[in-house]
Amino acid sequence: MEWLANLFGSYWPGVELTGWTLIKIVAIVAPLMGAVAYLTLAERKVIGYMQVRIGPNRVGYFGLLQPLADGIKLLFKEVVLPTAANKGLFLLGPVLAIAPAFAAWAVVPFDMNMVLADVDAGLLYILAMTSVAVYGVIIAGWASNSKYAFLGAMRSAAQIVSYEIAMGFALVGVLMCANSLNLGKIVMGQSGGLLHWYFLPLFPLFVVYFISAVAETNRAPFDVAEGESEIVAGFHVEYSGMAFAVFFLAEYANMILVSMLAALMFLGGWLSPVTFIPDSFLWLLAKVGFLLFLFLWFRATFPRYRYDQIMRLGWKVFIPITIVWIVFIGGMMQTPWAYLFH
Amino acid sequence: MTFFGLHFQDIVFYTLAAILLFAGLRVITTRNPVYAALYLVLAFFTAAGIWLLLEAEFLAIVLVLVYVGAVMVLFLFVVMMLDINLDRLREGFWSALPVALPVGGLMSVEMMMIVGVRNFGVDKVAAPAAHPAGYSNTAELGRVLYTDYLLPFELASVVLLVAIVAAIALTLRDRKDSKSMDPAKQVLAKKADRIRIVKMQPEVEKTTTSDSAEEAK
Repeated sequence: MEWLANLFGSYWPGVELTGWTLIKIVAIVAPLMGAVAYLTLAERKVIGYMQVRIGPNRVGYFGLLQPLADGIKLLFKEVVLPTAANKGLFLLGPVLAIAPAFAAWAVVPFDMNMVLADVDAGLLYILAMTSVAVYGVIIAGWASNSKYAFLGAMRSAAQIVSYEIAMGFALVGVLMCANSLNLGKIVMGQSGGLLHWYFLPLFPLFVVYFISAVAETNRAPFDVAEGESEIVAGFHVEYSGMAFAVFFLAEYANMILVSMLAALMFLGGWLSPVTFIPDSFLWLLAKVGFLLFLFLWFRATFPRYRYDQIMRLGWKVFIPITIVWIVFIGGMMQTPWAYLFH
Repeated sequence: MTFFGLHFQDIVFYTLAAILLFAGLRVITTRNPVYAALYLVLAFFTAAGIWLLLEAEFLAIVLVLVYVGAVMVLFLFVVMMLDINLDRLREGFWSALPVALPVGGLMSVEMMMIVGVRNFGVDKVAAPAAHPAGYSNTAELGRVLYTDYLLPFELASVVLLVAIVAAIALTLRDRKDSKSMDPAKQVLAKKADRIRIVKMQPEVEKTTTSDSAEEAK
């Protein structure tokens, strides 16, 4: 360390800060990539057992090396560029899909004071980043110069923009309870055991948030953007090899992100449900794991929504519910029962 | 910490400003409307970066959230679906130029007189003082909006609400041949409304039974 400091001279504080930040970023992104890889395996296994199949079981014990095999296979596949595609934007699409999915993790706290950037407006930052993710889909769909891809992109853009509003309103309820946009403070506002977590006073908002999250990530039963039986695979139909894999990674990273947010904002984050067991990062992992299991469970259970039903659910059901509940919370906060909503 | 006599913040500012100017220029010079919309997205993003340098993190993030995340998505949506013929758009360029040039020039001169160096120079507007680490821009903005500026804020929201209602009222047309269904009616539909169960006698194979009866005799 000493000789490094001498080498950089007066620039050392900046270099040291950059170095540490880079190390922290790797410490977040590397496990995240692992989680994404094994979420794909978990999905195939869980859905397999729900359909009375075994799922992948050939590569490694219980198919544990299957994600690695898939990754290597995709890595060696050719990335086909369609002749009539817009080359620059075609390659920019996957990048724009995955960059926000990872950038949002900068403000996610994992434990008390265990966060890369303790931003005061952290929740707004995450909302901004997730709203940018739609560009990857739109650009990919347009640059592919293919009807199916374009239809998929249009569907996806409309869906993401609609459900973002319901999601944002659901978060307004959390802000009203927590009095802060800082994710760490929102979690600490729920301390005191299971009964103090926000999912109880904000139950309708929690349900709306989670369903909107499923729609935002284009997962079944809201996966009309890919709709393999109608528009073959939607926006990424022209992508192959790693370019396709990047879209895949982005979708699963987004799933983990929205589950993480739901766990932090409604289920008390790393706080333990009972006060005599200490709070720990493991609680957060368990909650996120449970919410991710719900994603897989939904996919194995529900048939796909029709497009007009999706739009109706978002605009005519979820947005009114959230607005009514926000007004209700605001009213309750002026009454003696205000303590129930803090 | 300085690099070649420039502070780190200055370097960030000049980089962002250069990208912003380039993107803004490309918005009006590029031939493809989709590219123009994407350059506008880049311009918004870099503008948000410059606001972050001013410690206005709430405004910066909201700029990205609203303009990049919602408004520009709808823009792109429309631009991608339209079949825009650029030659048709450029047809009247030379005939409109004698009028457009003085009008445009006058507007730029007026703008420069108001927001130029004379009124907004470095000597006129001091740099904002750096805030302590715990300072929350968001909370401060919220307090000011809902106390000192409550009335203008509410007025603005009412104007926006009227605009929303007007826009919907103007564009909402009920098509006579629309086949849209009322979901409430769909949910209320009972099995009895759709299916009629008819009681029927089971078909008994009489011949075989009589045959076996005769055989038994």
